[in-house]
Amino acid sequence: MQAISTTWHEHTKRVAHGIRRRVLDFTIRNNGGYLSQACSAAEILATLYTRVMRIGESCASRIPPPFPGVPSRTNPNYFSGAAYNGPYKPELDRFFISPVHCALALYALLVEVGRMDAQGLEMFNKDGSTVEMIGAEHSPGHELMAGSLGQALSQAAGIALARRLKGHTGRNWVFMSDGEFWIGQTWEAVETLVFYKLDTVGVYIDANGQSADGAIETVMEIGSIKERLAAFGARVFEVDGHDVEALAAPAELPPDGRPLFVVARTNPCQGIPLLEERRPRLHYVRFKDEAEKQRYREFLMMMNGGIHGA
Amino acid sequence: MALESRVHARKLVEWAKDKPEVVVFSADLTSSTEVDLFRDTYPDRFYSFGMTEQNMMSFAGGMAREGFTPFVHTFAVFLYRRALDQIEMSIAYPNLPVRIFGFLPGITTPGGATHQAIDDIAIMRAIPNMTVIETGDATEVESVFDAIQPIRGPVYVRQLRGDIPRLFDPAEPLQVGKARILSRGSDIALFSSGICTEEALKVTSILREAGVSVYHVHVNTLKPFNAHEVIEITSKVKYGVITFENHTIIGGLGSAVAEAIAEAGLGKRLIRIGLRDTFAHGGSKTYLMKYYGLDALALVRGVEQLLDIHIEIDEHDLQATVQQPIRSASKAEDL
Repeated sequence: MQAISTTWHEHTKRVAHGIRRRVLDFTIRNNGGYLSQACSAAEILATLYTRVMRIGESCASRIPPPFPGVPSRTNPNYFSGAAYNGPYKPELDRFFISPVHCALALYALLVEVGRMDAQGLEMFNKDGSTVEMIGAEHSPGHELMAGSLGQALSQAAGIALARRLKGHTGRNWVFMSDGEFWIGQTWEAVETLVFYKLDTVGVYIDANGQSADGAIETVMEIGSIKERLAAFGARVFEVDGHDVEALAAPAELPPDGRPLFVVARTNPCQGIPLLEERRPRLHYVRFKDEAEKQRYREFLMMMNGGIHGA
Repeated sequence: MALESRVHARKLVEWAKDKPEVVVFSADLTSSTEVDLFRDTYPDRFYSFGMTEQNMMSFAGGMAREGFTPFVHTFAVFLYRRALDQIEMSIAYPNLPVRIFGFLPGITTPGGATHQAIDDIAIMRAIPNMTVIETGDATEVESVFDAIQPIRGPVYVRQLRGDIPRLFDPAEPLQVGKARILSRGSDIALFSSGICTEEALKVTSILREAGVSVYHVHVNTLKPFNAHEVIEITSKVKYGVITFENHTIIGGLGSAVAEAIAEAGLGKRLIRIGLRDTFAHGGSKTYLMKYYGLDALALVRGVEQLLDIHIEIDEHDLQATVQQPIRSASKAEDL
């Protein structure tokens, strides 16, 4: 825990650093992983969980339970990974991760903020585990089926409308990736959010400029997400996605009838400059040889303050 | 046989009166899917989505998670073709109580291949957690609401609109998983669904007169499929089985019956009448049913094939059996 004298942003930055450190450690031990997503998203996730969102204590087991089977009429044992984000209460916020390929970064965050035991990370991508590589709704911190990208925003919009009808005051935060702004459904959802004035929805976009095939501008240019969203009638801010104060500021404004979008400009190599050498292919890091892996090991040691292991 | 109009429109308004959790979604086809009356009666429970079917399905999943029951309306063809992934991941995987109403099944629209849902049952039937219902007359169109109400999961209803015949007694509402026995017989078993049941009724009495004893069953629940009923009836008849559906013969009623017969090891012959692995095109229902072999005469030919006999029936004989008045209010071209 942080000392009482530290400011919130120092704590948030420490959480962000912890996400990178844990994901790097995992990537080295696993000989591969979604590392660049952790680098770009670290401050966004840390700011949401430590500053922006009003959520309660986790109601889930600190050690993630095993896979309970899929939802069905005959399976009463299914559970939601949202329990890690606290109870469902009218006045509390909700969190929805859309690009669940970033699940590893979210799991690392849950450990950093004390919602999941570090042992949970060791279950990542293990058979029979809920700590799945691409998160499902039973995975820690997840509430929706979002792995087929571009579906979470519409689902969150439906939840937000339902909550408004029920008189809930809690807000609904969605974490998205810039690649999802290629998708037609994303824009359908934006139209709907604007039309139904769903201003309890706040979206943080990790605009890291990366997709599975490489740099977004070379795969399919989408131009300014900020201008596009503004043209659709949304309330948009564009900020440095590694500046925790800039990230937190738009969420402090009172809602004004428009859905809120924060385009967070991020660097997929942030905090781990070694990754720069791998551009433009950053989607999944698999070490070329032992020598490269060793360099990452040494970097991790430096991150750990000279101590081996996380 | 009397036709009744706007059965879905009227019944939904009456049925949803005391159900505040029921919300209705429309994708710019509000009159065409008969929810204009609902919109005008309960404007606070009606949500317009424009042509955003994918977004509408995911949104429905979101609302259902919060305790509402979205009744999503569009043409059958647009929901499973344009928004299948959203139906599967935002609704079916979490097993949410979303009611998906698809109108204009098969060749009941002159809108051509883009508007004709010819493989919807095959696709929806393959989705885990999904219940699949097809209505066949006014009694079923109005009783489907109560019938599916207890289902804690998604339901796809292949629904009829406009002027619909009333074939079944209103005192005998649709029951999920329970077929209707329309006649008992010992030569062939005939399983029909949707509008094909009305078509089949035009010839079953003629067949009886021709000495063919038909066990005729109307099937309204494609999933969960009551294989037990099919096996029981099939094992009672001498010559074999005919299925008759307004859908491709791949993956729909014909396939469900084939699976049931094969799994039970009955070894009976099966003739599937439906679209023969083809898209259709724009035209009147009567023309399309004849052109694609979905009409009463096609059923007669199927019986002949199964029994290896010739039955003295032609188109002229069937004309005489058609008793239903065609009302001027029927506007098939109104998309």
